[in-house]
Amino acid sequence: MSWPEFWIVVLRVVLTFGLLLVVTILNVWAERKILAKMQSRIGPSRAGPYGILQTLADGMKLFFKESITPRKVELGMYILAPFLAVIPAFLIFMMVPWGRPFTIGGHEVALQGTDLNVGLLFILAMSSMAVYAVVLAGWSSGSKYPLIGGVRATAQAISYEAAMGLAMVAVVMFSATQGDGGTLSLAEIVERQSGTWGDLFPALQPVLQFVPRWNVFPQIVAFVIFFIAIVAETNRAPFDLVEAEQEIVGGFHTEYSGMRFAMFFLAEYINIFSMSAIAATLFLGGWTGPTFDGVLPGIVSAVLPTIYFLAKTYFLVFLFFWLRATLPRLRYDQLMQLGWKRLIPGALGWLIVSTLVISFRQFGPPWS
Amino acid sequence: MADRFDAGYQFPPIRTTLELVVGVLTELLKGLRVTGRTMIGTITGSELVTTRYPSEMREKPQRFHGRHVLNRYPDGMEKCIGCELCAGACPAKCIYVRGQDNDPENPTSPGERFGFVYEINMLRCIFCALCVEACPTEAITMTSLFEMSSTNREDAIYTRETLLMDPVGKVPHMFPEDELADLGELDTADGWLKATSPSGVAAYEGVEMWRGTPGPANWDPEPSQDVRDERTSEEDADG
Repeated sequence: MSWPEFWIVVLRVVLTFGLLLVVTILNVWAERKILAKMQSRIGPSRAGPYGILQTLADGMKLFFKESITPRKVELGMYILAPFLAVIPAFLIFMMVPWGRPFTIGGHEVALQGTDLNVGLLFILAMSSMAVYAVVLAGWSSGSKYPLIGGVRATAQAISYEAAMGLAMVAVVMFSATQGDGGTLSLAEIVERQSGTWGDLFPALQPVLQFVPRWNVFPQIVAFVIFFIAIVAETNRAPFDLVEAEQEIVGGFHTEYSGMRFAMFFLAEYINIFSMSAIAATLFLGGWTGPTFDGVLPGIVSAVLPTIYFLAKTYFLVFLFFWLRATLPRLRYDQLMQLGWKRLIPGALGWLIVSTLVISFRQFGPPWS
Repeated sequence: MADRFDAGYQFPPIRTTLELVVGVLTELLKGLRVTGRTMIGTITGSELVTTRYPSEMREKPQRFHGRHVLNRYPDGMEKCIGCELCAGACPAKCIYVRGQDNDPENPTSPGERFGFVYEINMLRCIFCALCVEACPTEAITMTSLFEMSSTNREDAIYTRETLLMDPVGKVPHMFPEDELADLGELDTADGWLKATSPSGVAAYEGVEMWRGTPGPANWDPEPSQDVRDERTSEEDADG
């Protein structure tokens, strides 16, 4: 590896990391603000303009607070768990392409942490890793409420990850028909969603030329299942049984304080953003969109894809907040019922349907 | 579980499943609509219920039971005559009054006596305003001031100096310079009650000596001595 290549890698990682941190700090503030508006309140308004620095102030406070270690904890696991929560959260977002690649001095810089050819599998693996953090935190706390939270996290993660994976499979299969062979690389999946549906169906060109070629249109059922699953996967309302304050006093993070608690908190908000980003990448075309090359100045055309990406992601993030403000928490058996009896069969059924449609379009009717 | 695998078990028809999905989605949309509307209403301001308290005060009801004030007549005389009826009426036993004879040359109140010691323990007060009802001269009334926090128990006992209003109708308040002390409220609420014939000075006869504020005592100004004499003679004639 030559020096320029090395610096490009550093640049990519730093940019992605920085974007994620800034966006996460803003997200905490945005959630509090939006939730307040939905409850006829004002929300944070004292620290900085519109209270935008509130998260920084809270972070500073947590940073200087004592990290209490209760006597009955399993010390190793107890200290390890917050890191296990944060690291996968950061790694997941490293897979997501968040802007159009540009060239600097003859070298191409992709705005993405790294483009693994097994990107989607990596994401699934990392999001399973994040569950270990919750389970270990719950178990090592040596207290009953965290343990209940941890047990709930196990069951919830297993049931919803299956639905999430199945929904992803449907998209990957569909995406394979859109280009040259199947791919799990997120950059490739995004590329295949550029353009409009009019390119594929010349007969309907006048209508479809305004419909972007996003996977969400043919894969709407997979999108709905995927979205429900990621809400459950990130332990957000209405699936936040893992930390249900009202019944199990904060669940797995009951015994955590100070910076260790802050890490769990950070991980939750990073996960909201990166899962929304993945949903936007898989279904809403990621950073693709009209860039008006040659019409607008070059810098605007270069920045527009990132803006499209953020707009799509924030639409989904807003949906997260909206759901939290609207829906009451599910009961535990309802959660299991929705996961195993509705989402997984639904995802499997949709997988079969889309398989049939894809093979029909590829090979023609079986009787021919 | 076993009966599910019997030959008799039938899976729910697809129509029912579809109805379920559609039903769940419509209910979800209904809920989202409520919160979405509230959000728009809050942003435009029509549904916002929060007031930024220290900087903006909510308008209080006219008969708000805030801290007490000892009133004066417009000529500066104190209304309190030291009769201790308020102390007797108080269910929380938080008022302590001692009266003293007025100095005839330089009277403090128009009556014979005045409230020499007047203390209200605000920690015990339940703000029932029974003292206001008991008072024969409307000397004690409630204001709409409510910021009464203190850092020790002694400060919670309001003395005569704290309770008595000054001649322009202001009361000493915990934060006299602070925006928390909205002293302007006194001018519109019960601060000045309707008073008549202050201190028996002839120059005030037949003049309505009160500010036009609503209150329990809505009587006419006291008539002049001539009118009163006529009335008395008429009553005598009837009798």
